[in-house]
Amino acid sequence: MDIEDYDPDADLMALNMGPQHPSTHGVFRIKLILDGERIVKAVPYPGYLHRGVEKLCEKLTYVQITPIFDKHDYVAPMTNEQAINMAFEKLLGLEVPQRAKVLRTILAELQRIASHLLWLGTFTLDIGGTIGGGASLMMYTFRERELILDLFEALTGCRFHYNTHCPGGNRHDVPEGWETVVRHVMDTIEPRIDEYEAICDSEIFLMRTEGVGLISPDLALETGQSGPVLRASGIDHDLRRDAPYHAYDQVQVRVHVETAGDCLARYKVRVAEMRESIRLVRELLGLLEPGPIVGSKPIKSLVQFKASGGQVYVGIETPRGELGTYLVGGGDQRGAAPYRCKIRPPSLHAMSVLPYVLPGHQVSDVVTILGSLDPIMGEVDR
Amino acid sequence: MLDNPIVWAFAIGGPLITFLMGGGAVATWWERRFAGKMQTRFGPNRVGPQGILQPVADAFKMMQKEDIVPRAADRTLFNLAPIFPPFLVIASAAVIPFAATVDATGKYDPTGAVAELDIGILWVLSMAGLMVFPIWVAGWSANNKYTLLSGMRMVAQGISYEIPMVLCALIPVIYAGSLSLSDIVAYQHEHGWIALSLSPSMFVGAAAMLLFFLTSLAEANRIPFDIPEAESELIAGVMVEYTGIKFGIFMLAEYLHTIVAAALTSALFLGGPSPLFGPAGPIAGLIWMLGKTLVLFVLIYWLRWSLYRFRSDQLMDLCWKVLVPMSLLLVMLAALMVAGGFA
Repeated sequence: MDIEDYDPDADLMALNMGPQHPSTHGVFRIKLILDGERIVKAVPYPGYLHRGVEKLCEKLTYVQITPIFDKHDYVAPMTNEQAINMAFEKLLGLEVPQRAKVLRTILAELQRIASHLLWLGTFTLDIGGTIGGGASLMMYTFRERELILDLFEALTGCRFHYNTHCPGGNRHDVPEGWETVVRHVMDTIEPRIDEYEAICDSEIFLMRTEGVGLISPDLALETGQSGPVLRASGIDHDLRRDAPYHAYDQVQVRVHVETAGDCLARYKVRVAEMRESIRLVRELLGLLEPGPIVGSKPIKSLVQFKASGGQVYVGIETPRGELGTYLVGGGDQRGAAPYRCKIRPPSLHAMSVLPYVLPGHQVSDVVTILGSLDPIMGEVDR
Repeated sequence: MLDNPIVWAFAIGGPLITFLMGGGAVATWWERRFAGKMQTRFGPNRVGPQGILQPVADAFKMMQKEDIVPRAADRTLFNLAPIFPPFLVIASAAVIPFAATVDATGKYDPTGAVAELDIGILWVLSMAGLMVFPIWVAGWSANNKYTLLSGMRMVAQGISYEIPMVLCALIPVIYAGSLSLSDIVAYQHEHGWIALSLSPSMFVGAAAMLLFFLTSLAEANRIPFDIPEAESELIAGVMVEYTGIKFGIFMLAEYLHTIVAAALTSALFLGGPSPLFGPAGPIAGLIWMLGKTLVLFVLIYWLRWSLYRFRSDQLMDLCWKVLVPMSLLLVMLAALMVAGGFA
C-alpha cells in the first residue's frame, strides 16, 4: 500500500519501523499498516546501507577484493572471504592445497559458531528487551564469541576483518599450539550451549516463538530461502553435504531439519548447527596435516592474477545460507579485475519473506520474526 | 505535638519522601550493578566508590540536556504529564506503616505511616489506578505513533491488571476485617503473616501474595509485563519524545513504583514491621519492614534480568483467563476460611 492509497476512514495506521530503530538489525525500514496492533500489510524498504560493493569490485583487482568482502556480511566475514576466493580460484583455475582446504573449513565452521552465537544473543534481545532477560543471554553469548574471535586474532592478527584468504590458499598458517586452543575453546563452548538452551526453555520464550512467523515449505522455496531458514521449514538442503566443497567431503555433515517453520524451529536449527559445527571442528582438526597453505606463488603484485574472460558461479553455505558469487573475468587493468561481480546474499532472500509472513501478526512479533531470519543489513544492501 | 496530624505528616512525610527519592536514585545504581554481576560485566564503577555516585552524575547529565518539545505535540499536556507519576507513587506510600510501637500493656500498634487512613488500602489502590492517566497523557500528547501505541497498551494493561490486584488486596482485608493497613499489620502480628502463618489460611494467603506481587509488577511496568515500554519494538514507549530531566522523572517514578510495590506487598502479606522473631519495637519494626521490602525489591530486579517479555495479547490472555478467575477463587476461599474459623 502506497501512501497515496492510504484511506484515513479505514482506521488503519501506518507505522514506519526504522531506519533508525533499535531492533531492525541495522538500518532497515519496514512500513507497517496497522489495525490496532495487528499488522494488515508490511512493506520492507531495504537499501539504506547500499555501498555499491558489486560495482566497486569491477575497479579492484583479485587481490584487493577480499578485504571488501569482509565488510559485506560483517557478522561472518570469514565465509564471505571464502566465497569470493573460491570464485577466484574457479575462474583463474587455481588449485588449493589440502592443508588450506582443511584450514578454510575449520575457519568456516568456527565462524558459523560465532555467527550463530551472535544471532542467539540478538534474538533474545528482540524477545526479552535490551533491559531484561534478553540482555543477560546476549552478554553470555558474546563472552563465548570473544573466544572464537581470539582464535581468529591469533591466526590472522585481526579480530574481525581478516583478509586471510587469498586466491589459491590462505595467507596465514596456524601458529604453534593453535589446535590445542581450538579444542579447548570447543570444550568450553559446548556445555555452555546446553546452558543457553536451558535458559531459553522457558514458558515465555516458547509463547513468543512457537507458531510465530510460519514459513511454509512452498513459501520458503518460492522466496529462495536457504540455510537455517529453509531447513527450519522442513526442506533438507545443505550445500556442505549436497555440494561439498573444500574438506566437507572428508567429513560427514549431519544436517538438522525442523518441520514446524516457525521462529522456534529456526532457533532449534541454529542451536543444533552450533553443536554440529563443534563436532566438525574437532573432526577437521584431526585432518589438518602439515603441508603448504598456498598453491599459487606468494602475492607480490596487485595485478598478479589475471583472467581474460570466462564466468563462474560459486555457492557456499554461510551461517545465513547460500552465499552465491557470480564472476565474469576480463575486466579492468588488463584482466586483473573482474568484469562483473554479482552477489547472491542469503539475507536478502530471507527478508523477502517478510511481506508474506508479517500480516496477521502483532507489532511485537515483527522484531521476533525479523530476528529469527538473522538478517545482516550489510549483506542485504551490499 | 506529634498528635497533630499535620505536624505528624511533616515529621514522617519529609523523611519518607527523602527516603523514597534517595532510594529511587540508589536503586538505579544498584540495579545496574546487580545486572552487571548477573551478566559477567562490571556495571557502573567509576563515579565514587563502587560507582555509588553514578545516579548523581546521571541526574546532572539529564538536567543539562536540551529540553525538546516536539513541534506537533500538545505542549501543555506534554509538560504536565511527567509531574504526576512520582506524585502518585509517593502519595500511595503515605499509608504504609513503616514501624510499630509496643506500649506497656503489650499492645502492638503499627505506626510510621504519614496518614493513618481508615480506608488505607483503598487510597493505595486508587492512586495505583490513577497512574494510568499520566502515562496515557504522555503517550497521547507527544503526537508520536510509538508513544500512542505505548499509551494504548498502558491503558489496556493498567485497567486489566487492576482487577486481580484489587481482588488479591481484598484477602488481607477479609482476614483482618479492616481496610486500614495498620489494622492489617496488627492482625498479622497477632495471627502470623498472611503469606506465612501456620494455619490453613496460609495457602490462600501465599497464593494471594504471589498474584498480588505479579500484578503489581504489571502495574509498575516491570518485565515480564513491561509491554508499554517494550524497547524491542516501541523503542522507549511513552518516553520516546521526552528528553533530559523529564525523562529522568519518568524513570525515577518507575523505580519509586517498584519500591512502593515491594513495601506494599510486604505490609499486606508479610506482616510489614511485624518481626518473625525478636523484639517488636519501633527500630526493630523499621528494620524488619525495610528488610522485607529489600528482599522483594531484589526479587523484582532478579526477575527483570532473567525473564523475557510477553506479547500484549498474551498479557491480556494471562490477566483475564488466569489471574482474574484465580483471584476470584482466592477471595471466595478466603471468605470460607474466615467463615469456617480457620483464620
